[in-house]
Amino acid sequence: MATTTESTMGREQSQEPIYVYEVPVRVWHWVHAIAIVVLCVTGYFIAHPLPSLGGEASDHFVMGTFRLVHFISAMVFAIGMLVRFYWAIVGNEYARELVVLPVWSGEWWKRVWHEVKFYSFLTRKASKNVGHNPLAQLSLWVINVFLGIFMACTGFALYSQGTGAGSWADLLFGWVFVIEPSSQAVRMWHYIGMWVWVFFVITHIYVILRLDFASRQNGISGMIDGYRRFKDDGPMSPQ
Amino acid sequence: MPAKETFYDVMRKHGITRRSFLKFCSLTAAGLGLGPEFAGKLAHALENKPRTPVIWLHGLECTCCSESFIRSGNPLAGDVILSMISLDYSDTLMAAAGYQAEELLEQTIEKYDGEYILACEGNPPLNEDGMYCIQGGKPYVEKLRHMADHCKAIIAWGSCASWGCVQAAKPNPTQATPIHKVILDKPIVKVPGCPPIAEVMTGVITYMVAFDRLPPLDRQGRPKMFYGQRLHDKCYRRPHFDAGQFVEAFDDEGARKGYCLYKVGCKGPTTYNACSTIEWNGGLSWPVKSGHGCLGCAEDNFWDKGSFYSAVTNLKVAGNVEANAEKVGGTLAAAAAIGVAAHAAGTVISKATGKRSKQAEEVNNG
Repeated sequence: MATTTESTMGREQSQEPIYVYEVPVRVWHWVHAIAIVVLCVTGYFIAHPLPSLGGEASDHFVMGTFRLVHFISAMVFAIGMLVRFYWAIVGNEYARELVVLPVWSGEWWKRVWHEVKFYSFLTRKASKNVGHNPLAQLSLWVINVFLGIFMACTGFALYSQGTGAGSWADLLFGWVFVIEPSSQAVRMWHYIGMWVWVFFVITHIYVILRLDFASRQNGISGMIDGYRRFKDDGPMSPQ
Repeated sequence: MPAKETFYDVMRKHGITRRSFLKFCSLTAAGLGLGPEFAGKLAHALENKPRTPVIWLHGLECTCCSESFIRSGNPLAGDVILSMISLDYSDTLMAAAGYQAEELLEQTIEKYDGEYILACEGNPPLNEDGMYCIQGGKPYVEKLRHMADHCKAIIAWGSCASWGCVQAAKPNPTQATPIHKVILDKPIVKVPGCPPIAEVMTGVITYMVAFDRLPPLDRQGRPKMFYGQRLHDKCYRRPHFDAGQFVEAFDDEGARKGYCLYKVGCKGPTTYNACSTIEWNGGLSWPVKSGHGCLGCAEDNFWDKGSFYSAVTNLKVAGNVEANAEKVGGTLAAAAAIGVAAHAAGTVISKATGKRSKQAEEVNNG
């Protein structure tokens, strides 16, 4: 394996850990992760409320609490996203990977295709990347940028229905109802977005664990101390 | 010809007393959410402004808008408004018929070109050149376009004129089309609902004829004073929603106690209308008050949105493909779980065979 020579551009890399994920990226990752889990759980129970409670209405505030927690984590989620986008500008080169896809690069698309083949067991040649592999980069972009913005827009648009016409949520996100006038449909799109997140969380955790257990590099620890560690001295894939 | 008559003149001619007229003005001002001083302004406008004619057309519809309108909770408002609009053209309500009636349309265009209000109940079908709705020997869409060309503004009564309603439901064989997609060059006020609430209708029409302008509209072209909030926001069962007290089935304890109907499909949280404040039939009741969830009849596409009895409904995913949000989501999550398990198994097998072939290679090389 170590004699692979297809990547002539590759640099010989020692086993020295490489600092990849800066503090703001790591903090954002975990805050974002918690926010998404809370949003999914509370969101699910807004769509499917818990079994009905008895007694007086003034005795309970269950749905109200679910909604409140959902809204608070939505704010955390949205502000986190803004901070993360800012960090993509001022952070190191790896901080940009999540936000900017080199879609103009044919080489990059070839490497995406290579990853697809690798994860389909069609090739055994694993790529070696300091940051994300191109397929990971693509899927992280779809989830964090595309779906993230989609959920924020539909979410705040639905929130604006409560805050009312003329509120900041209405002024900033009311246009969603110009594209889709039916607020029930917007709700359902927002709800499907939640399931896409569930899909993502399952695959994301699997792929990271797989990195730790079945690849030549580290997984979870990278997002804890920020370092990428390799278990071999093989050449890097072209970045 | 004498100076153009005012609304007040017309009402007096119809035997409405001044006292009734002033009552009507204060009632309507209150209904529109205007301050107390507006009752006087409303009266002044109706007394002094030349009467704005209202032409009331009917396309593909069930006449429930007219039925609602003439049952305006306050008979006074009903009388006043009827005397205001039945003057010109409303094929259901007016005395004239046939050629006589159709002639009135041309007379109105001649006398009030660009000044009258066109109230449209129902919508035109566009398929087969509009042959699915013929009036006076001509497709309705031609009549609508002709009258719209000369009007000042259009009121789209009900969900038919505003959104399309049931005749536009899939597959919409007649291609029934809401007014705003047919008439593009006139201001349109949408007053959705199936039917709209009578007081909402009289309020909108009074505002327009008295103040000579459109009421303030929201993004979707609905008057803000009646469609500014969801039913949910003003629902008297809202405290039960916030508490987490729901009707689980229509015959359970919660239903008897009047708990929130969200879990049995109430669309109040996504429906803009004034039912929960103005209510129906003179404030007698409204769907939620009578123990049934809101169907969302004032909302775009409500007829094609899946179950009236489920909070999670169908979605048009692409083209004509429809899917239930629940099923799509559940399938996605299940696919992820199965995919991950299968991939993990694949990884183990791949590792094992990889080691074996590597060993074989080493043996060969060695």
